[in-house]
Amino acid sequence: MSKQRSFNVTDLPGFTTIAILAFLALYAPILTLVVYSFNDASSITVWGGFSLRWYEIAWQNTAVKEATLRSLIIATSASVIATTVATLAALGTTRTAPFKGQTAIYAMINQPLMVPEIVTAVALLIFFGIIKKATDYLGLGYLIAAHAAFCVPFAYLPIRARLEGMDLSLETAAADLYANRWMTLRRITLPLLAPGIAAGAMLAFVISLDDVVITEFVKTGGQETLPTYMLGQMRRAISPEVNAISTGLLALTVLLLTAFFLLTRRRD
Amino acid sequence: MSPQPLPLSAVEQAITRDTVRRNWLFSTPALVLLSLAATGPLLIVLVYSFLTPGKYGNVEWAFSLDGWVGILFTRDIFDGTLGLADAHLKIFWRSVRLSLLTTMITFGVGFPTAWFIATRPPKARALWLFLITIPFWTNLLIRTFAINEVIRNEGIVNSALIWAGVISRPIQIVYTDTAVLIGMAYVYLPLMVLPLFAAIDRFDMRLVEAGYDLYASRWQVLRRVILPIVKPGIIAGSILVFVPSLGAYVTPRVLGGGKNMMIGNFIELQFGQGRNWPLGAALSILLLVIVMVALLFYVRAANREVGK
Repeated sequence: MSKQRSFNVTDLPGFTTIAILAFLALYAPILTLVVYSFNDASSITVWGGFSLRWYEIAWQNTAVKEATLRSLIIATSASVIATTVATLAALGTTRTAPFKGQTAIYAMINQPLMVPEIVTAVALLIFFGIIKKATDYLGLGYLIAAHAAFCVPFAYLPIRARLEGMDLSLETAAADLYANRWMTLRRITLPLLAPGIAAGAMLAFVISLDDVVITEFVKTGGQETLPTYMLGQMRRAISPEVNAISTGLLALTVLLLTAFFLLTRRRD
Repeated sequence: MSPQPLPLSAVEQAITRDTVRRNWLFSTPALVLLSLAATGPLLIVLVYSFLTPGKYGNVEWAFSLDGWVGILFTRDIFDGTLGLADAHLKIFWRSVRLSLLTTMITFGVGFPTAWFIATRPPKARALWLFLITIPFWTNLLIRTFAINEVIRNEGIVNSALIWAGVISRPIQIVYTDTAVLIGMAYVYLPLMVLPLFAAIDRFDMRLVEAGYDLYASRWQVLRRVILPIVKPGIIAGSILVFVPSLGAYVTPRVLGGGKNMMIGNFIELQFGQGRNWPLGAALSILLLVIVMVALLFYVRAANREVGK
């Protein structure tokens, strides 16, 4: 019996090996980066014992602090705006008979997913440049508007998916009980939709926090976000400080993603 | 709904009109935001591509085709004659070649990976899928930085090889096309695996069994049964990898350095030191058109599969 080999129909020769190697190749560089952020030595390749020194250095660096704060302000504002308009748009485009212009609305909302980032970045550089000249306003508004716009599809898709899974019976029941449209929306639809909205907001937040290209082109001098600060550092000799910042950002992303998966899983 | 719609009464028509108006009203904020900060500015880029380059960047408001001509030709500084711009052609060729190679490598690695995930038992499958999703959502810059740490001259690969005595001097990988290729394959692999997984997950494994019953070899089953059926997933994955590769900016900038530019970096250059905004605008529109054609091809291929 011990020698008998079962023939598994789903096995294909070498596939499992390649898959395992692929996962190793995906994770090894990221894990190395995380491990070396705790390295006491200042070289990125020599191990000098465990230490939190690079986190301290990053924490005390004013440029990093400012960039972090700016990134969080932009990501929070952009995800709130994107989620609000995406929720409204999802309410307007789901659970309704097909109407004229629906495809156009879809195309418009998903546009940021299709247009290469560099093209949008150039477009915004030119357009916001004109506005900057005309109004003399140089604040964070441009970055927030740009981020909010490209976050819309990421907020929209999970909200729409959740809405499509909800039938109209509860809303109809509310209407039968003399609730007006506003009350139905506020007391029935939005509470049921909440996990979708939270999931959409989280994705929007992560996407905004990660953006490099559009931020690099839209920012006015000195408005570094965490990713553009890191990109600037990579031009020079890289200090393990960048490892520490990356690890922090990575931890935040994994945390938000885990929350996202837990939120969307409860649907089924 | 009945196949033959009856003429609506006036009340029903009013209700429908009211719903449509409500739908548009709800969608308006999103549409306004996107037209101001995403779609609208693209039109300005189109306009700029037909203007005259300004002396110190920006543009002069006079019609000119120089931006578009400049994509392929350069004007001789001495006699003003047009000649083919070899440097530009080299950048286009590098972009297309590296993007195609990235697509092929990610398919070669991604297909077995997606197959592996899809053939796990349900509980384990969710975990493997989560493991592929994390790099997908992880900051592209961080992943590029991580792969840079591995392949650079003082990086892990070179240090290990020197330590083991295989080589005495580091192999130069960073700042070459190979580095950009490795980097892009690394960062875009999840984009290939996810749609492939979706296609394989729907695939009916009984077909494989049927193939073996009819004396097909493993290779024949793969080539004649599995690949044709999961083709929509292959097309989706390839487009999803090819499109961002062609427009890549961060990865070639960090790993390729100044010499190994791709279209994305070349566009940036026109708005920086190069100072030829109309050329940069024309290049952007060209890239946009290529990407749109690729996506259109994908949508048509996907529709054909659904229609079957």
